[in-house]
Amino acid sequence: MIPVLLLFIPLVAGILGFFIKDQKAASNWAIVASVITLLTAVIGIYAMPASMHQFEASWLPSIGASFSVALDGMSKMLVLLTAISMPLILIATRNNNYSNPGAFYALMSLAQVGLIGVFVSMDALLFYFFWELALIPVYFLSSIWGGEKRIAVTFKFFIYTFIGSLLMLVGILFVYLHTKDHSFAWSSFTNTDLTSGEEALPFFLFFIAFAIKMPIFPLHTWQPDAYEQAPTATTMVLSGVMVKMGLFAVIRWVLPLFPFAAHQFAMPIIILSVVGMIYASLIAIKQDDIKRLIAYSSIAHIGLMAAAIFAGGTLGLQGVQVQMFNHGINVIGLWILANAIESTLGTRKLSELGGLATKAPTMAILFVVLAFANIALPLTNAFIGEFLLFNGLFQYNIWIAAAAGVSIILGAIYTLQMVQKVLFGEVSAITENATEINAYSKWVLIVIVIAVIALGVYPQPLIDLTKDSVNALLVIK
Amino acid sequence: MNAIIVSALLGVVMMFSGIFTTNKTIIKNIATAGVLFLLAANLMEMNNLFSFDINTHDLIVTQRYGLFFNCIAYGATFIYLLLSGSDITEVGVNVAEYFALIFFVLCGVAILSSFNGLLMLFIGVEILSIPLYILTGSDKRNLKSNEASLKYFLMGSFSTGIMLMGIALMYGATGNFGMVHGAGLRGVVTASQQPPYLLVAGVILLFASMSFKVSAAPFHFWTPDVYDGAPSVFTSFMSTIVKAAGMLAFIRVFENQYTILGPTWHIIVDFAIVSTLLIGNITAVFQQSVKRMLSYSSIAQAGFMLFALYASNTEIAKEGILLYAAAYSLATISIFAVLIKLHDYTLDGFNGLAKKEPVLAFAATVSLLSLSGIPLTAGFFAKYYVLAGALQAGGALWLIIVAVLLAAVSVYYYFRVIQAMYFKEGDPQTLPITGGFKAALIAVAALIVLLGIWPSLLLSWLYF
Repeated sequence: MIPVLLLFIPLVAGILGFFIKDQKAASNWAIVASVITLLTAVIGIYAMPASMHQFEASWLPSIGASFSVALDGMSKMLVLLTAISMPLILIATRNNNYSNPGAFYALMSLAQVGLIGVFVSMDALLFYFFWELALIPVYFLSSIWGGEKRIAVTFKFFIYTFIGSLLMLVGILFVYLHTKDHSFAWSSFTNTDLTSGEEALPFFLFFIAFAIKMPIFPLHTWQPDAYEQAPTATTMVLSGVMVKMGLFAVIRWVLPLFPFAAHQFAMPIIILSVVGMIYASLIAIKQDDIKRLIAYSSIAHIGLMAAAIFAGGTLGLQGVQVQMFNHGINVIGLWILANAIESTLGTRKLSELGGLATKAPTMAILFVVLAFANIALPLTNAFIGEFLLFNGLFQYNIWIAAAAGVSIILGAIYTLQMVQKVLFGEVSAITENATEINAYSKWVLIVIVIAVIALGVYPQPLIDLTKDSVNALLVIK
Repeated sequence: MNAIIVSALLGVVMMFSGIFTTNKTIIKNIATAGVLFLLAANLMEMNNLFSFDINTHDLIVTQRYGLFFNCIAYGATFIYLLLSGSDITEVGVNVAEYFALIFFVLCGVAILSSFNGLLMLFIGVEILSIPLYILTGSDKRNLKSNEASLKYFLMGSFSTGIMLMGIALMYGATGNFGMVHGAGLRGVVTASQQPPYLLVAGVILLFASMSFKVSAAPFHFWTPDVYDGAPSVFTSFMSTIVKAAGMLAFIRVFENQYTILGPTWHIIVDFAIVSTLLIGNITAVFQQSVKRMLSYSSIAQAGFMLFALYASNTEIAKEGILLYAAAYSLATISIFAVLIKLHDYTLDGFNGLAKKEPVLAFAATVSLLSLSGIPLTAGFFAKYYVLAGALQAGGALWLIIVAVLLAAVSVYYYFRVIQAMYFKEGDPQTLPITGGFKAALIAVAALIVLLGIWPSLLLSWLYF
């Protein structure tokens, strides 16, 4: 019942939200709805018995599709991430003004429905539905409220992901016809009569869709543009939660469905991921735009997670799940800072910034902590995740782990360079009249920073949450 | 049987209604009521309540499937009249005749859904086509409309000739008009035996002429010109209900005969599908006029419907073509209803529609999403069913992949309209729009979404 509620609350909030005209009212409505969703998620996951974590209803019995949703370890964590991110994002960007605010917040809520749906679906057709449902609101959000080049950029993003989804649909059809009972249920999909040789084709049909979403090099070209052009609140959803859809889908659908193909093609995919990591890190060093820098840094982080998924092993998979959560909240923190800088100073260019540490000391402290988290310094939450990831990769192949390690060094370079250019150095003409970060963003950032440090010191809750699903996955393999 | 007789009678009634009244609204209302009556008559036969009992010597065989298709076609016509009925009355002066011709077309639809033999197929196709030639040219002071009408008539006559030739050859080879007693021509040819060349030639000619009727490549050349030149209200009718009926006839006739061609059959169908999808989708990308874009998109959609040919005798393909007919008709009728209200049919003419007429823009968006096959709209399941049917029947995976990639191309041109409406600034001029029209548009959009979540709402009717 809980997953149904988690879908239902934002859905209703979204549909009703379209009719609100006032900026503050629309924002409040969306925040209240997202907080209720968060409470439902927390209470549901921690205080309710496991029988409440599943729900199944008949949908299209003639073709074997059902409305089957469930919360298991991995989806619990990502649902929590979605539920936590939404209020953080909405509160932090509360001062941004939108034309037609009702529609903006309504679409944000609908995007949340799609995201949660993707994480809880246990039926392939339902999964596909939510996968698309998450995309459509984001398309409208970015195209209507985005930057100057928004229409073309968002369209590229849309077409890219849509091609991926359609290929996945063919893959779903293919596997469906090989299930023993002609059903779309996850349990039937993991129990097909596909031989190890036949797995390759559907494997790629699925994987391309997810690789575009993550994105894995060389399918990443939509991402920096889309992140740059989307309104910041949407960018946060995109990079904080939505890219996790790709990683999650690989763990949920690709590995259990096609274990042989996943093993067989692991090496090329890992190499692509690592190449992407280094490539994205190198580009990040040369970026002058904060948003683009964070976008490329995000590609590098996701690449590491993708590599670790295919490297397999308990530690690596455990690391991916922990890191998905950590990366989610860290990157949202960075975007909030980028948004604050852009909205107060009107520029995102590193070359035009400088000396903010003296002008806005609170922001500077928060910025530095998040920057440390971005390079996975010990005592920040990202450290434990990346440690586990590297451990997995190291066990798979030492040379690949070494190559991936290079990107960590590069990551330190571009992140510290960014900190230096934004916070220190000469106060420029633009930063002359900089003010302290606004209260909404500040409190959200403080919450995030506390989480970063708390989970850095004591990551056990995250590991406990996902342990079961990792073990279950390894049993299947 | 009910549908054939009632629709023909209603056609006559409409013709005479023009004598008794010149009030356009009354004529339109009579026609709308007539369609409802036709739908009711058809439903009565479907539920075995009442039907005209005429011995047709097996030339006409009504089955639940065909009757159900009639329901979809008449339901779509009802929605069409609801949305665009008042625009039909604005095309020219002979208002009653337009409605009469529409009813004659509907008679053709009923024949095509129940014919049992090539002779009746031919009659059905002709009854369907001839009124359309007239409707295409109904805006007689417009040169483009005249050109379209003449072109359609000439090309249509050729294709009719080819069809007749094919039927004659098949008759010559087998001595019957096929499909009699449901046996088809399969009885003539055993699996090991090489079918007579006469028969094969006949089947191929029939295939070509049916391809022409549903505007499948390489027999599609008339489509853009005719759809573009005809008055928009009639384009809407032609590209939806008529096309779906043609498709159904195509599938019904080859359901029994494809075995004649053996493995070659799949090569021919593959070629038809791929070329139709390619030409339709790629050409649509370059159109600046939305009306012309929709003509090419209707070619592309025909390509998807052809997938049902692949597996014409399986359950899922049969359900698929019904769902496709419903989904495609609903979406196209609604987008055309919006288009007709605009003065400027180019993409720029849609700029800023969302600000000025949010309801129209919303309805058009739902329709366009459905046409591109995005989940939560009826178009998704329509595409899903036909593709699944083809794959289940042993269709090649590459074919399906080509189809979905071209569906992604279709997103490009459909979304350009959405972009114009929502993301661009402009001040589109529209004809006066009534509250009833908006309400009807919203209802159609709701129906599209409803079918996109529970296609079984429609399909379960097929069985009980």
